Amino acid sequence: MLKTEAYINGAACISPQKTIDGGGFHIEISEVKDVSYMKCLEPVYKKYIDPMIARRMSRIVKMGIYAAKTCLEISGIENPDAVITGTGLGCIEDTEKFLSNMILNEEKLLNPTPFIQSTHNTIGSQISLFLKCHEYNSTYAHRGLSFESALLDGLLMLAEKSAENVLVGGVDEVTTNSLNIQKRFGHYKSDNIANLNFLENKSKGSIAGEGASFFLLSDKPASSTYAKIASFEMHSNSFNKETLKNNALLFIQNNNLDINDVDLVLLGINGDYRFNSLYDELANTIFKENVCTYFKHLCGEYSTATSFALWLSAMMIKNKTVPEYVRINKVPYGKLKNILICNNYRTISHSFILLKDAEL
Amino acid sequence: MSDKVFVTGIGIISAIGNDVSEVLKSIYLKKSGLGFSSYIDTIYKNEIPVAEVKLSNSELIEKISNHSSQLYTRTALLGLIAAKEAIKNAQIENISEARTGLISATSVGGMDRSEIFFKDFLADSRKGRLRNIIGHDCGDNTTKIADYFGISNYVTTVSTACSSSANSIMMGARLIKNNILDRVIVGGVDSLTAFTLNGFNSLMILDRQPCRPFDETRNGLNLGEGAGFLVIESERLLEKRNKKIYCEVKGYGNACDAYHQTASSPDGTGAKLAMTKALKVAQLSPADISYINAHGTGTPNNDLSEGKAIEDIFQESAPYFSSTKSFTGHTLGASGAIEAVLSILAMDNKLILPNLNFTTPMKELRIVPVIDLIENAEIKNILSNSFGFGGNNTSLIFSKC
Repeated sequence: MLKTEAYINGAACISPQKTIDGGGFHIEISEVKDVSYMKCLEPVYKKYIDPMIARRMSRIVKMGIYAAKTCLEISGIENPDAVITGTGLGCIEDTEKFLSNMILNEEKLLNPTPFIQSTHNTIGSQISLFLKCHEYNSTYAHRGLSFESALLDGLLMLAEKSAENVLVGGVDEVTTNSLNIQKRFGHYKSDNIANLNFLENKSKGSIAGEGASFFLLSDKPASSTYAKIASFEMHSNSFNKETLKNNALLFIQNNNLDINDVDLVLLGINGDYRFNSLYDELANTIFKENVCTYFKHLCGEYSTATSFALWLSAMMIKNKTVPEYVRINKVPYGKLKNILICNNYRTISHSFILLKDAEL
Repeated sequence: MSDKVFVTGIGIISAIGNDVSEVLKSIYLKKSGLGFSSYIDTIYKNEIPVAEVKLSNSELIEKISNHSSQLYTRTALLGLIAAKEAIKNAQIENISEARTGLISATSVGGMDRSEIFFKDFLADSRKGRLRNIIGHDCGDNTTKIADYFGISNYVTTVSTACSSSANSIMMGARLIKNNILDRVIVGGVDSLTAFTLNGFNSLMILDRQPCRPFDETRNGLNLGEGAGFLVIESERLLEKRNKKIYCEVKGYGNACDAYHQTASSPDGTGAKLAMTKALKVAQLSPADISYINAHGTGTPNNDLSEGKAIEDIFQESAPYFSSTKSFTGHTLGASGAIEAVLSILAMDNKLILPNLNFTTPMKELRIVPVIDLIENAEIKNILSNSFGFGGNNTSLIFSKC
C-alpha cells in the first residue's frame, strides 16, 4: 500500500459516454444495444490536433493526446514534470496494419508508418512531442495493471519530490480483430450486447470497451482540484471471494478507517456472470450498509478501465453527487468524503484506490 | 530516500552466450554474435544479419524444465532463463522472505508467435490457434516469470521501445529507495521476429553488413534478441547478509527528446538531459565516469546525436566509451538490461569493452570509441545509455562499492 497526498487537479476522459468537451457525468447515459462493443464517442480532434497530422494517427493516439491536452487545460498546467501512460494492448490498430501488410505483401515494399506508430509508447511520446515536454516519460503495458502501474509511478514521483505535477493516463482501443480474438477466448460475450441489463445478464464474457483518461496529479491542491488520492494498492494475483474481501478490509483498516467511513464503493463488476459473485459478496456482506456503485456498463471492460473508474469517482466527489445510473443498492448517500474503488481485470489482478474529498 | 540500491545478481542470454560465463568468454575473445538467422521465418533470412540466440525454442524449453513452458513464446522463454540465472546468482533461496517485486520490459512481447497466428487468422478469422496469440501482450513474459518464482508483491511491465528495460531498472531502484520493496528483479526481453525485422527494414536502417557504431561508414543497425535481468536489493536487506555485491545502482535519468517519433534530435537534447539527470541523482560529475556503454545503434542518426551529446557533457575529457551492439545486435526492449549486465561484467572484471568493427572516425565528432578490450582497468562509475523511439531516453549509472 502506498499512502499519498496526490491532488487530482485535472481530469479528462474520452469514453463511450459523453464525458469529454462539456460533457460531464450529468448526462443521459448512452444505451448501447446490439453492437459488438462499446466504442468511444470521439471528440472533434481539430481543436488540438492539426487534421493533416491527425489523418495519419490511429484512434488510440488521437484519443490519448486529446484527453491529455484537455486534462492539462482544466488544470491550468502547460507542461507537466512527467508523462506516464498505461496501456494494456497499446497501439493494436497500427500493429495489425503492419502485420497484415507484411503478410499480404510478402514482406516487400512496406510502409513504415504503422510500424513506427505500433510501439506501446507511441501515445505517451506523442503527448510529450505535442507538448514539447522533455521531462520524464514512461509507458507501462501490463494487462489489467497497466494504468495502476502508471499511477504508482506518478504517485511515487510526487512522494519522492522529483515532480510537482505529473500527467498520468490509461488508454486502450478496440479493433475488430482484437475483439474477434478476445471473443474466441471467451473474454467477451459472443452475441451482440446491451449495456443496461448488465447486472441481470447471466451470460459468459464481459462487454468490451475502450477509453482514454488522463489526470494531472499534483502535490498541492488548486482551484481546479477534484479530489485527493489518499492511498493505492495493486495485486498481481487472483483473488477469490474470501481473499478479495479480506484484502479490501485490510486496505480500509490500513488507512485507519472503519467500513462506515467509506461513503461509497465503486466496484469493477464486468458483466461476466462467472465473476459477478466476487463483488456480489462484497456488496452483500461488508459493504451492505455502504453506497455501492458500478461503472463498466458505462465504459465496457478493458485493461485500463480503472482510469475510467478514477475519473468517475473524481467527478462524484467534486460534484457531491451520485448518479442513479451507477447505483447498485438503495443506501442513501450523504457526504462523499471517502470513495473506495475496487477494480479487477478478469479477476487475475486487483487494485484498490482510496479517494478523499480534498476540501477536508 | 537515503537507502542505497545494490546489484546482487545478474543473468543474461544473448547471441554471444546463453549465460553470464559464456557471454564473458565471448567478450574476451571479441566474438560477435552476428550472423544469419536459423529460426525467423522471413525472406530476408540470408540477406540481413541478426544476432540470434543460438538455441531453438525446444532447446530453450529444455533449459527451463517446466512442463507448461511447451507453449511459451520465445520471448517468455528467453526472459525466464535470464531471470532464473539472476535469481540463482543472487543466492536467493526463499523469494518471499523479503518484499520482492518483478519489473520486466519488452517492446513487442510475444510477437514471435502472434505472427504465426496472424497468417492463418488473416485468411479466415475463425482460424489461427489461440495458443499462438495468448502470449502476445507485453505482460505475458513478466507473468510467466512471476508465476515461476511465486512473485506477486509488485509485478509490472515497462514498454518504452528501446529504452524499456533501462526504465524497468530505474523504476525498481526507485521502489527500493522509497521503501516500497526490499528487492526487485528488473530487466527485459525481446525475441527476434519477422515483424521487427520488416519494421526496421522498411525504415531502411538495417545494415546488410555487421554494424559499425560511431564509424563514419556506419549504415544502420543489426537486430538482436535476448534477455537481461538484475537482482537489486536494498541496503537494509543486505545488512543482514554476507553475499557478493556487484555494484550500486547509483544514478538514473529519464528524459524525452520530444523531437520526432523515430529520429533523435541532431544535438541530442534528450540524450543530454537523460545523462545529466543520471549524474545529478548519482551526485557525480562527468569526470567521475570511467566508461560509457553507449546506446550506439550504428544508425547515422543515433550515433551522431548521442556522440554530440557525450561531447557536450564531457567536453574535452570524454571517458572511454563503446557500443556493444556489434556483439549482441540491438536487442530493442532488452538492450538496456543486456547492456547493464555487460557494464556490470566490465566493472567486475576490470574491463573496458571494445566497440567492434570500428575503423574510421566520424567527421562530426572529436571522440572515438574504444576498439580493443582493455584489461585491468580501474573502473569506478559506468554510465549506460538507452534511447528509444518516441524520444524515450534513459541513462543509468552503476558504481563500484
